[in-house]
Amino acid sequence: MAPTPDPAPPPDEAPGLPGVRSWRAVYWIVFGIFVLWVSLLTWFTEAYQ
Amino acid sequence: MNPLDYLVLIGVMVGIAAYGIWRTRAKGDLHSYLKGEGHTHWFTIGLSVMATQASAITFLSTPGQGYESGLGFVQNYFGAPLALLLIAAVFLPIYRRLKVYTAYEYLGKRFDSKTRLLGAGLFLIQRGMGAGITIYAPAIVLSTVMGWRLDATILCSGLLVVAYTVSGGSAAVNLTQKYQIGVIFLGMATAFVVLLLKLPAGLGFTDAIAVAGGYHKLEAVDFSLDPDRRYTIWTGVLGGMFLALSYFGTDQSQVQRYLSGTSLRESRLGLMFNAVFKIPMQLCILLLGALVFVFYQFERPPVFFNQSAWHYAATHGSGDRLRALEHDFNAAHAEKQTHVRSWLAARHAGDPAAAETARTAALAAHARTEAARVATKAVLKAADAKAPTNDSDYVFITFILSYLPHGLIGLLVAVIFAATFSSKAGELNALGSTTVIDFYRHLVRTDATDKHYVVASKIFTALWGFVAIGFALFANLAENLIQATNIVGSIFYGVVLGLFLVAFFLKRVGGTAVFWAAVISQALVFLFYATLSISYLWYNVVGCALCMVISVLIQFFLPRISPLDTAQPAT
Repeated sequence: MAPTPDPAPPPDEAPGLPGVRSWRAVYWIVFGIFVLWVSLLTWFTEAYQ
Repeated sequence: MNPLDYLVLIGVMVGIAAYGIWRTRAKGDLHSYLKGEGHTHWFTIGLSVMATQASAITFLSTPGQGYESGLGFVQNYFGAPLALLLIAAVFLPIYRRLKVYTAYEYLGKRFDSKTRLLGAGLFLIQRGMGAGITIYAPAIVLSTVMGWRLDATILCSGLLVVAYTVSGGSAAVNLTQKYQIGVIFLGMATAFVVLLLKLPAGLGFTDAIAVAGGYHKLEAVDFSLDPDRRYTIWTGVLGGMFLALSYFGTDQSQVQRYLSGTSLRESRLGLMFNAVFKIPMQLCILLLGALVFVFYQFERPPVFFNQSAWHYAATHGSGDRLRALEHDFNAAHAEKQTHVRSWLAARHAGDPAAAETARTAALAAHARTEAARVATKAVLKAADAKAPTNDSDYVFITFILSYLPHGLIGLLVAVIFAATFSSKAGELNALGSTTVIDFYRHLVRTDATDKHYVVASKIFTALWGFVAIGFALFANLAENLIQATNIVGSIFYGVVLGLFLVAFFLKRVGGTAVFWAAVISQALVFLFYATLSISYLWYNVVGCALCMVISVLIQFFLPRISPLDTAQPAT
């Protein structure tokens, strides 16, 4: 059986979230929340060390 | 537990299972059976993905980890949001575009049949083993503390989850998971509130946090570069990301959950829901464990939380020694309690020097309680070489049974069973699907009717259920269950992830190269695990990197893949 290529990605659907037009924006927001959590936990660690 | 607790427990668990069977009773075709109706919305997908991962181990072991070692375990989940972002952006669109039932079908389309079978086979081996752990974990703890028969606990819980998973397939799994995770959230929130209410009068949340911090239980982030440390920000972000990438991106028990979405948007949002809430959820569970630790600074805990093991040794020749150690432990704990109260009084009075003196004295007394615990474990081991000496899985359930009111005890035990059922159902559903789609339909019966494959899916799902029950009945598993699960996963996941990353990103590598690279890499990972002492999370990175590098090296000696080769359809 021969391999097949990866198909082209399907047409991107809008995320449909208020104030967020693209998936790139959604990803940046989620990444920002992740950075915020790690920063908060780092601060928490320092505060109670 | 009293009759009210049993009523709550059985009512919740059987009620959800029966509702799942009733609501999904007419799923006749293969698509509905394996992917649900295809109209699952993002919130259900998000909860379903969360419920599949959050097994009973999460709710028994994680608070114990928080009690024992503090918040550091949360770093294990730092890689998850990053992995979920990558899966939503790269993996998911390809899976949906190809309309695959399993992730391994994609390997067949991208490479060849043997690579698909290797990926599916590795999944079946590691997930089959994991399925046994998932069902054994709550059963061993609950049977020990409740006095239930272990085999009866495994059989009752195992057969109920097999019944509704076989009956309703993916739709039943998604539907029941939604209610089960609801029970889990309700139960954990209730435990949190009750715990705060049970703290001594005058001890507020900030005091409790200060006490936990004073005992180094709030050190969530460790920037150490020591490779022998199990949980650091580096193992969490890098090793954890590879583990999560492999688990969420290539493990069929998760892929099947988000492929059931109505559209790419719903599936993506379901994953983003988990990317946002995974870290806070685990943090809350660990914090619960740290607060249970604070609670036990004012209430005397047992010297060893697995009281069944303690009583066994006490009645088999070690009674005098164990009681002497218990006496030492109790004396040190009473002294510690006095110092903690002085510490808080000094803190309230705004006297930092006195607070620090009292804290130091409390830590010294705590060290004596720990020494008594270590000596107790040694006595237990001497009395019975097979005796479990890690009691962290018993901490939270001991607290529940000792301090929660009746009714709520039933609810919290229901939480543990709900978590067992939700992850078990997702696993069985995936094991059955992979066996039918990647082996049975691919190799044995390639042209049967849809109805035939549905029946085959039900039979294989039931068979995997019985295998898991059998494994749980006869297993002699590692002491800390959450680590055992993660270690088994990490040994296999890296190589499986390597297969997929080669497929997605190394377009010039063909099936033969990646197949042999995966076989060699898996053998090397086994070898490393047997000989090295690095954190198990690194095996995700090592396995993946080996698979990718070796496949490129092997491909160097093989004929190049031409665009014509890659244009032919797969079967």
